[in-house]
Amino acid sequence: MNIIFLTIIISLIIGVFFLFLFLHLVKTGQYDDVYSPSVRMLFDDELVKEKTENINDNKTINN
Amino acid sequence: MPKKTCYHCGADCNSGTVMFDDKPFCCNGCKTVYEILNQNELTCYYDLDQAPGSIPDEIKGKYDYLDNEDISSKLIEFNDGSTSVVNFYIPNIHCSSCIWVLENLDRLNKGIRATLVNFPKKEIRITFKNDETSLKDIVELMTSIGYEPFISLEDSEGKKAKIDRKLIYQVALAGFSFGNIMMLSFPEYFEVEGFWLDQFKPFFRFLMFGLAIPVVVYSARDYLISAYKGLKHGILNIDVPISLGILVLFFRSTYEIISQTGSGYFDSLTGLIFFLLLGKMFQQRTYNFLSFERDYKSYFPIAITKINKDNSHISIPVHEIEKGDRLLIRNEEIIPVDGIMINGNALLDYSFVTGESMPVIKKSGDKIFAGGKQTDGAIEMEVLQSVAQSYLTQLWSNDIFSKSDTKNIKNITDSISKYFTIIILFIALSAGIYWFFIDKTIAFQVVSAVLIIACPCALALSAPFAFGNILRIFGKNKFYLKNTDVIESISKINTLVFDKTGTITTNKSSNISYKGEPLNTSEIESLKSVLRSSNHPLSRMLYEYLPNSELKEITNYKEILGKGIQGRVNNIDIQLGSASYVGFDTQKLLNTIIYIKINNKIKGKYIFNNEYRKGLKSSFQLFSKNYDLAILSGDNAGEKDNLEHILPVNSQLLFNQKPEDKLRYIKSLQDQNKNVMMLGDGLNDAGALAQSNVGIAISENINVFSPACDGILDAKEFENLPNFINLSKKTMNIIKISFGISFLYNIIGMYFAVTGSLSPIIAAILMPFSSISVVVFVTISTNFISKKILH
Repeated sequence: MNIIFLTIIISLIIGVFFLFLFLHLVKTGQYDDVYSPSVRMLFDDELVKEKTENINDNKTINN
Repeated sequence: MPKKTCYHCGADCNSGTVMFDDKPFCCNGCKTVYEILNQNELTCYYDLDQAPGSIPDEIKGKYDYLDNEDISSKLIEFNDGSTSVVNFYIPNIHCSSCIWVLENLDRLNKGIRATLVNFPKKEIRITFKNDETSLKDIVELMTSIGYEPFISLEDSEGKKAKIDRKLIYQVALAGFSFGNIMMLSFPEYFEVEGFWLDQFKPFFRFLMFGLAIPVVVYSARDYLISAYKGLKHGILNIDVPISLGILVLFFRSTYEIISQTGSGYFDSLTGLIFFLLLGKMFQQRTYNFLSFERDYKSYFPIAITKINKDNSHISIPVHEIEKGDRLLIRNEEIIPVDGIMINGNALLDYSFVTGESMPVIKKSGDKIFAGGKQTDGAIEMEVLQSVAQSYLTQLWSNDIFSKSDTKNIKNITDSISKYFTIIILFIALSAGIYWFFIDKTIAFQVVSAVLIIACPCALALSAPFAFGNILRIFGKNKFYLKNTDVIESISKINTLVFDKTGTITTNKSSNISYKGEPLNTSEIESLKSVLRSSNHPLSRMLYEYLPNSELKEITNYKEILGKGIQGRVNNIDIQLGSASYVGFDTQKLLNTIIYIKINNKIKGKYIFNNEYRKGLKSSFQLFSKNYDLAILSGDNAGEKDNLEHILPVNSQLLFNQKPEDKLRYIKSLQDQNKNVMMLGDGLNDAGALAQSNVGIAISENINVFSPACDGILDAKEFENLPNFINLSKKTMNIIKISFGISFLYNIIGMYFAVTGSLSPIIAAILMPFSSISVVVFVTISTNFISKKILH
């Protein structure tokens, strides 16, 4: 049963690792603005779609 | 015919519609923006939202000062020689397509490397190459597409408040330790007997001890420090019993573990701190996009154009303006200092200062005061006073602005905790003495158990959650408070003081009435035709007011600046304007009046009355039952009769009040032990707002500007003001009830403590349960009453 020492210590180490990761993310400002990224994510798609459409338009003009 | 709206900005297209690409635009500016966006393949801007832009202002020359390195270096946050980073506040950011356009700025200007929008704060962060573009180019580009950055004197003073994330760290740490300690204490809760568990007991306990140390040292430090400071000043604030509980919990648990007599209360300890910090976080909800600290600095420009002796123009920072300088004020620029008009047509909009929407006309030789916004072309002026000594800005040298923010009001929790602490200490002492004679070994345990269970967790949580929730509800109803303490201050007020112009009057429309010989239809038609040619705001208002009719051709049209206009229609001579213009005896002018003279005979006058806010009379009637009312106006007494009709008897009416007078009046009320709420809207109310117990700024557009205050109320919600005050009072009652409930929990806990039977599991159940139930109670009841009152 001594394995329990090891598992508990490992689980704590993992926990501490994520705690510090979280603190680090807060510190670097990743949680300062939780709204804009949600919108930004949608725009990336829009942009790609728009580009391809415009390329098609140009082609028809050239022809 | 359906009304055409601009494809870009959504404004109505009246005259001069520009057709481009088969789409209507209201002005050339909008068409240009469309063109730019189109060329750069950003047309999808228009698919995202209907008509998302807004009209750009005249910008030519406005940003020349950004080429001045002294000024631009103050704005730029980071510069390594080749790359610069700058942060701008852009009030116009309002929808998701704004983010999209602004984050694609690099496609419009190749020198821009990256842009990042912070939507809640309405800020944009731009990284650009110094040799490929300049700050001025970027600002002009943004302005031309309708996102004019707001650059004020305040920005140049740098030193932005660093975001304080300490509370998040503390909560994260406390939450982490709380969860893990709970898990480690589970075996002990169920008192599982057995060889293998006994073997691990010391290990588990040691781990719990290790996890609790950082929580006490870091997460709980603010409570300990505050309690220490309170004791030093002889104040028993709520943090005293909390700290007492925390310390006793920690040391008793440590003792138990070291002496191997028990498992300690580390679970309760960390849970307590975690919940307390959560409450604090809930209370600290702030409105990122609003600022409650604004003074004239956030409104005044950062730089101004100075005219040298040889007539060349240079941009100089506002602080360097000296007496005797000649300044050029462009259209839409704000006059930063007092001075004398030299030439140009001054039409000054003082709405930010006084709330008066009607622009004031000044002729050359007139004295002009700082704070006005020029609205009719460029003017030249000579400086009489430097910025700090100008009429308006002098107000800020008053002591009230240098006082620190804490008004030293004792809040409800702290005033209760005084008695609470004394009672707790008394109980602990008497229980200790009693057990000392019965069983000496238990005495120490009982005393510490009393102090642990008495730790006013539920008590300390009820006010933050109630206030935090009300703050959120107020925010939803467009009443934005600076912090939760304001709610308590509101509940205590007994005197209401209003500013007149802009606060109880709207600056949107004026009430126009006609007095004199009635005009016939053809005369009104002629009048309207003449008015059409004038750009003066009064003319435009009167033009809108007169009934629609066929417009006739006018001859001999003449506009005499600052006086009036004249013209000839169908052989009728029409003159309209000020009393002196039409040759009328100038009486003491109380209202804004346009006189009408037809064929050299004075026919009558149009009087512009103030339009009072909707629901003003009913609100005043409600207020008069419980509060003293007063109105302070910077204007003359022209509206006195009207106001007396609206106001209940016994209210004070004071006219011709200077900013300092308003401040002094509030102070004199406070000296009579009155709790004053001041409602104002302009910079001239700033002193009174700061002096009052609660200063509320009324704002037509909350994003634009409001002076330093405790709260900002959207003008549309003015009617709701009695309800907001009522709700604050009811909230205090709810908090008092919740205090009663938490005392009940304390009494139950005290029973276990005094009898010496407080086991860790009872503590671990009772403490979180009492806190959570109190939190649930205040949240539900505040939601309930606010629904009832604000419907």
